[in-house]
Amino acid sequence: MLRFLIRRLIVALLVAATVLTLAFALTRLSGDLAISIAGPNATQQDVELVRKAYGLDRPLIVQFGSWVGRAAVGDFGESYFFKQRVASLIGERMPITVTLGLVGLAIALAISLPLGVLAAAQEGRLADRIVQGITLIGQAMPSFWLGLILMILFGIRLGWLPVSGTGSWQHFVMPGIVLAFTAVPALTRLTRSGMIQALSSDYIRTARAKGLSRLSILLKHALRNAAIPVVAIAAVQLGFMLGGSIVIESVFALHGVGFLAWESIGKNDFPVVQAVVLVLAVIYVGLTLAADLVNAVLDPRLRGQ
Amino acid sequence: MTDIAVVSVTTAGPRRGWRSLGTWLGAAVVGITLFAAIFGPWLAPHDPFTQDLTRRLLPPFWMDGTDPAHPFGTDQLGRDYLSRLIYGARISMLIGIAVTITSGVIGIVLGVIGGFAGGKVDDAVLFAITCRLSIPVVLVALAVVGLLGSSLTLLVLTLGLLLWDRFAVVARSTTMQVRNLDFVAAAWCAGCSRGYILAREVLPNIASHLAVVATLEIALAILLEAALSFLGLGVPPPLPSWGLMIAEAKEYMFFSPWVIMIPGVALFVLVFGINLLGDGLRDLLGTGERS
Amino acid sequence: MSEALLDIAGLRVTFAGGTAAVRGTAIAVNRGETHCLVGESGCGKSVSALAVMNLLARGASRSADRLRFAGEDLLSLSDTGMARLRGNRMAMIFQEPMTSLNPAYTVGSQMTEVHRRHKGSSRQVATDRAAEMLARVGITAPGMRLGQFPHQLSGGLRQRVMIAMALMCDPELLIADEPTTALDVTVQAQILRLLAGLQRDLGLAVLLITHDLGIVARVADRVSVMYAGEVVESARTNDLFARPQHPYTRGLLDCVPVPGKIRPGEPLGSIPGVVPRVRAGFQGCGFRDRCAFAMPECAAEVPRHAAGEAHDYLCRLAADWSGLRGAA
Repeated sequence: MLRFLIRRLIVALLVAATVLTLAFALTRLSGDLAISIAGPNATQQDVELVRKAYGLDRPLIVQFGSWVGRAAVGDFGESYFFKQRVASLIGERMPITVTLGLVGLAIALAISLPLGVLAAAQEGRLADRIVQGITLIGQAMPSFWLGLILMILFGIRLGWLPVSGTGSWQHFVMPGIVLAFTAVPALTRLTRSGMIQALSSDYIRTARAKGLSRLSILLKHALRNAAIPVVAIAAVQLGFMLGGSIVIESVFALHGVGFLAWESIGKNDFPVVQAVVLVLAVIYVGLTLAADLVNAVLDPRLRGQ
Repeated sequence: MTDIAVVSVTTAGPRRGWRSLGTWLGAAVVGITLFAAIFGPWLAPHDPFTQDLTRRLLPPFWMDGTDPAHPFGTDQLGRDYLSRLIYGARISMLIGIAVTITSGVIGIVLGVIGGFAGGKVDDAVLFAITCRLSIPVVLVALAVVGLLGSSLTLLVLTLGLLLWDRFAVVARSTTMQVRNLDFVAAAWCAGCSRGYILAREVLPNIASHLAVVATLEIALAILLEAALSFLGLGVPPPLPSWGLMIAEAKEYMFFSPWVIMIPGVALFVLVFGINLLGDGLRDLLGTGERS
Repeated sequence: MSEALLDIAGLRVTFAGGTAAVRGTAIAVNRGETHCLVGESGCGKSVSALAVMNLLARGASRSADRLRFAGEDLLSLSDTGMARLRGNRMAMIFQEPMTSLNPAYTVGSQMTEVHRRHKGSSRQVATDRAAEMLARVGITAPGMRLGQFPHQLSGGLRQRVMIAMALMCDPELLIADEPTTALDVTVQAQILRLLAGLQRDLGLAVLLITHDLGIVARVADRVSVMYAGEVVESARTNDLFARPQHPYTRGLLDCVPVPGKIRPGEPLGSIPGVVPRVRAGFQGCGFRDRCAFAMPECAAEVPRHAAGEAHDYLCRLAADWSGLRGAA
């Protein structure tokens, strides 16, 4: 088990290093970064000035080396637009994105687990078909569009919730629901298939032979085993949700990291963009590691080894 | 264990009729959209780019004060909404298919190589998949388009380079399964070359799985294009993408909700239809549940 | 003889695909005796047992002329009523000890659960009872085993745990579905000895399902031979081995190597063909396609003949008919 985790840790570090390189390469895609930073109206002299000021006149490999060296200790340079350290900028915005992600995940699990259990218990019957219909609808729903519809409905027509902004907990309700919607189909399907597999296993037959109640068989014996992969995937799903929050934060003007990245892209603020890409990727890698750990804790077969 | 096998047949039984209805529905939606995409120039009642500021935001046919010449109304610049919707179908289908071809080629090549070669090569492929999954797709796509300026080609390339993971995962695992089957071993023994085995034994046997992935990827690419265009970094205006239509109409949605309902419903129905078709394909080809 | 503990007559199980897995089985298990149900795989032994326990998978339908347990009519019992009997007054153990225990819970948790449900006992009482039962099935250091997870136990130990768990509530009937098939030969013998001992000491009635005639000879009081969903012959064990009547029973006995009787180089008997899959509405003898003595009239209704006290068989041939043994 320990060996397995160490192996995973090494892979995670390698992935982080690769993403670090890609994030750097991403910003050099346009060819001459200095021209992009200086803007369309800059003169040749302005561009040269920018080139010197940002150290872009140095060889690429030197630039890369300094970016890696500083990024490794959490220094992502200074934002061109906000005139602020990128690290502190991201630090300010991160709580909002994480809150949104956790709210979304909690809502998604609260919907997916019961739906998946219900569908598995009623496999092939009406309730199962309805649940599968819901997952198909969820899969096809464009999240930004759903956000706009909720805005019209709850924000304007009913006036229950604020339309956009970051002020209070109410501001997280609609974005949380929309973000949850993006994870519900996958989590529900996984719960359903895990439950169906568990319910057809020998130990469920034993549980029935013991005369246990239907509820105990379903929720104690089957769900406990079906939930192990679901919990692990939920951690990975949280990573996807944080990465995908850029769309939802933009729709609801929620000033999290995603919104920051969107603003920065529009303003050619590359240090911020590459830092956000890197941070989100590292968080994702960390979450997959956490998923392995959670798996190991929940599954007694792995725990002992 | 006869009983379990029999049971699975019976639970699939009643579902089959209901499922095939869904498949036909999906096929109809995709068929109609494809038709509109291909014959758009002949179908559209107006030029989708012609502005008429005197006829802005005309409501669609089911509301009061409509103009019969514009059954779906007009947008904030007086452009015919139905024509833009039809041209938007072209963009969606074009992007969906082109991205899927690009990502399919990358993913299948990587997956088949990894699954077939095994060992260190497979480790490398797995590592590539892990790296790819850790990259936030929307963010990177936005950044690339933001840096290089929006164009259709760039969008297709970017999404194609980002969405190959599922192809690789499925191609890899199914190739591994096929590689270990008896007839492949038999082909090895018969002295067939590696390329021959890949082309004649492996690919035909994993094709059905890949076809199912392809439908999922087309749907995903269409949704992503819409999201990127909505954020202003996808299809360049004035091209009529459904996502862009929603973005441009956003300020008017509180007073005339139909301006976002029409392209939004179109997007939802198309993606829903593609997914239905994919599910039907999965049942038909018997490739089983994949999550 | 007084009323049997488990009295089955005309039991039928049909799968949704149309396969008639069990066709009018009749079995009577008396209190305190071991009744063996033998037959090839796919003949309907396990399905009959699952049908009695009402544990059939969805899609299978059950009907019977009579299905009584300790005088109670199981057919008219609700699902909850049946659940109250299961694990309490009638228990069952299975062929696969490796997968029959829930991997997510400790042995103790799975054992106490039964007692607490049926006897309403406290955690402490149930735990004491579980430790007692583990010791009873020959497990040393029961206290430690209670805290372990199934994957930490060997196959033999797991089957012992299954047995201990089945006996937690002092059942009157234990149905054992091929309990030793998945185990090593040495462990098989231990488990069989354990079952026989428990049966004697606790006065249990055991319905033992097996395909192994060696096991039958060692532990059974009575035997029912099943073929294609029917009991084709039923007798006391000695009687069956001494005077088998049904051609299938005779063929089955010929397949067993008996030391001293078999000379090296001489082939063992075998029955050609496989058990047919019988569909609902099938008429006549299910064995006729494989039977050397088949006649056209075997396709019609087959009579049940008596061949002595508590010995009957399902064949047109008269009792103690003579045919070349092994001609099949």
